[in-house]
Amino acid sequence: MTDVTSTPAILAAHEHERSSSRAGLSWLIPAAYIFFLMVPIYWLLNMSFKTTNEILGGFTLYPHNFTLASYREILTNPVWYSGYINSITYVTINTVISVSVALPAAYAFSRYRFVGDKHLFFWLLTNRMAPPAVFALPFFQLYSAIGLFDTHIAVALAHCLFNIPLAVWILEGFMSGVPKEIDETAYIDGYSFPRFFVKIFMPLIASGIGVAAFFCFMFSWVELLLAKTLTAVAAKPIAAVMTRTASASGYELGLLAAAGALTIIPGAVVIYFVRNYIAKGFALGRV
Amino acid sequence: MARKVQNQKAWFFVLPVVALVAFNAIIPLMTVVNYSMQETFGGNVFFFHGVGWFQDVLQSDRFHAALGRQLAFTFTILFIEIPLGVVIALAMPRKGLWVSVCLVLMALPLLIPWNVVGAIWNIFALPDIGLLGRLLNGLGFTYNYTREPGDAWFTLILMDVWHWTSLVVLLAYAGLSAIPDPFYQAAKIDGASRWAVFRYIQLPKMKRVLTIAVLLRFMDSFMIYTEPSVLTGGGPGNATTLLSIDLVKIALGQFDLGPAAAMSIIYFLIVLLLSWVFYTLMMRNEEQS
Repeated sequence: MTDVTSTPAILAAHEHERSSSRAGLSWLIPAAYIFFLMVPIYWLLNMSFKTTNEILGGFTLYPHNFTLASYREILTNPVWYSGYINSITYVTINTVISVSVALPAAYAFSRYRFVGDKHLFFWLLTNRMAPPAVFALPFFQLYSAIGLFDTHIAVALAHCLFNIPLAVWILEGFMSGVPKEIDETAYIDGYSFPRFFVKIFMPLIASGIGVAAFFCFMFSWVELLLAKTLTAVAAKPIAAVMTRTASASGYELGLLAAAGALTIIPGAVVIYFVRNYIAKGFALGRV
Repeated sequence: MARKVQNQKAWFFVLPVVALVAFNAIIPLMTVVNYSMQETFGGNVFFFHGVGWFQDVLQSDRFHAALGRQLAFTFTILFIEIPLGVVIALAMPRKGLWVSVCLVLMALPLLIPWNVVGAIWNIFALPDIGLLGRLLNGLGFTYNYTREPGDAWFTLILMDVWHWTSLVVLLAYAGLSAIPDPFYQAAKIDGASRWAVFRYIQLPKMKRVLTIAVLLRFMDSFMIYTEPSVLTGGGPGNATTLLSIDLVKIALGQFDLGPAAAMSIIYFLIVLLLSWVFYTLMMRNEEQS
């Protein structure tokens, strides 16, 4: 089996071979890598279709007693499915806030010089470097004090800490790629600034907006520490439901595996929509 | 990019961003600073403790050990993920349907919630019912990541490689796909070797994106909390207790707010300092080439 332990060896051997022959076997490297990525996911899916007895009873490579009971439980029990709704709600709010405030700021950074601009840009980026573990407790106190504890908006606002700097960074890269002459021509043609921005400029950086939204979605969707700290019942994210259920109801691996498998779906859907922008977008428009 | 106009009104454009980020960054940071200088004997009565906590943290063996583990972890994964990501990106197809398929499949681990990543590997590596654990034991290794510190580290690093190498691949691929075809044609006419093409055409073009890759991987791996806490919980013993895990143990487990806050600030400063060093070093390289 091509497992991870042997992958680097394959890569090394293969690099060597290619330098001499340039033969068309290079597809083996991404193929082996993707195989390595898929095996743990397969194991998760495998487990989610098993009964608890089969999981704990022994080692099987595929489900012998195929069952959808775990998925049925999750999709019918409000404790479970409300977790998904909560997560998607705050992630969406966060994405909308982050991108809409980052747009004018990124425009300012890409087009103008103003007092403190470089320092401000660096300060924004430093917040991307703040370990969430550092902020967990103060965030809890802050959002409790202003009465937003256990609301979707609290998590959405807290995630702005690292998503806004990232969105500004990405959008600034894309905007700097748009020639300044376009702005000037629009003014001469009598466009007001808001009209120019919405009608002309935003369509030009549409892929940048898509990529920024993708990154905001991604980092808000995968973050758990802050989301868990800031919620109790009403806005509890699916990831927190999973950890709490794991300790509350013993060790129901099948249920946990099914819940985990379902958390992959929103990400997969989002990737599918931005697949053509991924290559450019991950370079943050600055290639 | 070339010329920017001086315009102080641009501040109005950045005001919403500054307000939102400052709300989330400055108030909590002030809270942390506040705690870091106070001592309490309970009952919400605090008194000034100066820099005592900072001295305690900086001199504590526990902090040194966690920092050492953190540095070992971060540099190990950087040394594996960056070259591996570049190699995979070089081997990717350039055009056609397979590009989309590859990119979508590779991006998948990046969008799995971090605790689910931990849970996936927790199950996958279990010695009795996990595929990886079974396989390794079947091959004759005695592998048990819940008991053996070495195995726990192996699993932790493997998990991070699984989780994040794709980010490097996607960034490097973006850098590569920005190289125009005539560059390669010219190299072919000159009879350049595969290595020469890589060294003098592909690597310089990837420098910028690789800078981003190293910075992002450095920052994120230094802050890693959820995945190892789900996978090993910092164990066995303290073998995989990285900085964040230790911090949360002190702050929320023992509720020692003063030392935890002092540690938070030192931790944050270390991330800032190292990121800045990386950034300037790589920018200087870029200017030279």
